Amino acid sequence: MEIVALQVLNSLFYAAVLFLIAAGLSLIFGVMGIVNMAHGSFYALGAYVTAWSVGAAAAALPPAALFVFLLLGAISAAVIGLAIEPTLIRPFYRRQEEYQLLVTFGLLLVLEDVIRLVWGGTPLTASGLVDSLGLVRIGGLPYPVYNLLMIGVGAVAALALWAFVYRTKFGVLLRATAQDRRMAAALGIDVGRIYVLAFGLGCFMAGLGGAIVVPSQAAVLGMGVEVLVIAFVVVVIGGLGSLEGALVGALIVSALRTITIQFWEEFELAALYLIAAIVLLIRPTGLFGRKA
Amino acid sequence: MNRRQAAAAAAVLVVLALVPAFAGTYQTQLLTYGLTLAIAALGFNLLLGYTGLLSFGHSAYFGAGAYGVALIMRYLGVSSMELFIVGGIICSAALAALFGVVCVRHTRIFFAILTLALSQVLWTLAYKFFWITGGTDGLRVPFSKLTLLGGLIDFPGADAFARFITFYYYYVLVVFCVCTALMWLIVHSPFGKTLQAIRDNETRARFLGVRIWRYRWLAFLVSGIFTGLAGTLWVPLNGLTTPDVLYWPQSGKIVFFAVLGGFRNFTGPIVGAVIFNYLEVYAIAVTEYWQITLGAILIVLVTFLPSGIVGTAQRLSAKLK
Repeated sequence: MEIVALQVLNSLFYAAVLFLIAAGLSLIFGVMGIVNMAHGSFYALGAYVTAWSVGAAAAALPPAALFVFLLLGAISAAVIGLAIEPTLIRPFYRRQEEYQLLVTFGLLLVLEDVIRLVWGGTPLTASGLVDSLGLVRIGGLPYPVYNLLMIGVGAVAALALWAFVYRTKFGVLLRATAQDRRMAAALGIDVGRIYVLAFGLGCFMAGLGGAIVVPSQAAVLGMGVEVLVIAFVVVVIGGLGSLEGALVGALIVSALRTITIQFWEEFELAALYLIAAIVLLIRPTGLFGRKA
Repeated sequence: MNRRQAAAAAAVLVVLALVPAFAGTYQTQLLTYGLTLAIAALGFNLLLGYTGLLSFGHSAYFGAGAYGVALIMRYLGVSSMELFIVGGIICSAALAALFGVVCVRHTRIFFAILTLALSQVLWTLAYKFFWITGGTDGLRVPFSKLTLLGGLIDFPGADAFARFITFYYYYVLVVFCVCTALMWLIVHSPFGKTLQAIRDNETRARFLGVRIWRYRWLAFLVSGIFTGLAGTLWVPLNGLTTPDVLYWPQSGKIVFFAVLGGFRNFTGPIVGAVIFNYLEVYAIAVTEYWQITLGAILIVLVTFLPSGIVGTAQRLSAKLK
């Protein structure tokens, strides 16, 4: 029974990370209509920045202060996103989807190598953050407090994003632009500003996802692409462009992953991809998707 | 094909046929790699250039051809290249037929994601079922066990490598020419014209009574078979197949071939594949960070030269006239 409880918590922790990434991907698609193939690289960037800065400051600062660096990882990803959207992505909104995919694919290749160039091939860890919070006993079995905290962070992020999109003026502008770009521009909304901020927000969330995952597992090369494909599965199940869909998709995918790892390890990833294919067959727009 | 195109094709063919006489073993080997990849690019471009579907999962068919050969060699003890080609075509055709049914129901981004997801299923299977596929070690297909032309030519002994490369180059060249001619006929046939009509305006094509899905599925099948054949030819040259050939960067490379050469041209993907192959080999030799180079080239290409090398060259030569 305790094992089930721990597995549920593990699954929730993973869902929190997946939600952050998939919601960013979905937000960018929902607002700008582009699928960002480089999205996973922003996640990796957040992870590397956090792991590197925690490692550099671990001796000088008390463990509690190191949690600031989670935010640093997310902010770095956002800053790079804010720089990239106006320069690289903007010329592609009017062009065919193939070109949008290709340019972000090029960006993916560049970012993956930039990470390798800056931090090298050795994995970086920030496990000090997990250790500093210690363990809690759940039905007699130890469990890291860090994971519990990050499940909370994921929940807060989901709520904050919902409030931001549905309860603020900026959210109204965002949704208006997503629905009809030309009409929004005609009504005086600065579409360019909305786009760059939405892209930055998406990258911030991906970076935050990477930052909160890195204390519990190391930052390694290729982590961005691995997560990208899983984030695709999440948004395909939930519906591309839908934030509710990203949440439900993240919960489904992480539960499925936990179950397959437990019982049928060889099929872990295959099961995920197959589920995505089946959902696309039965409900092409996903569980919460709008009609394209 | 008009007279000028025929003359150009004949000239290129003569040059290609003379390569082993002038170039060393290594250069011949490089070009052989380039030609096998060009076959994959030709197949891929039937979908992207002529049907308007961007597949991010063509590694699946390339890998099906490659693993088809390796498994046939390992479990059936076959050594004839002709049987390998038949086997590779059967494997990739079966896979493309199956995946095609699922994928062609969608277009645009969903098609791309679906092809990517399905190819990753194969990758994880090849990776995890190591007792069948050799896992990350892959499966070996040594050239010394290979026979060409129904057993007429074999390569025993340790010093047979140079001889193998020469014979194999001509073997691949012949298959490449057959494939190119076949693809030329396909895209200029009523079938090919129908695909282009679907690409340009799906709704109109539907009104004309074209069964969109069936045409897309057939294009998918043909595309998969060409790419599978490329994987089949590639394996003995490489001597080894690992899960890497099924992994997404392989699909990315195939996409790259077409974009580099120009996917709105018949010859674009061929040129792109051969040039990419040199680019990759020499970029890796010069720098460890070749992905950055590739990524930058890709961004520049799609931003400024969306018609690729061949398209741009055509435009420049038209201007000069």
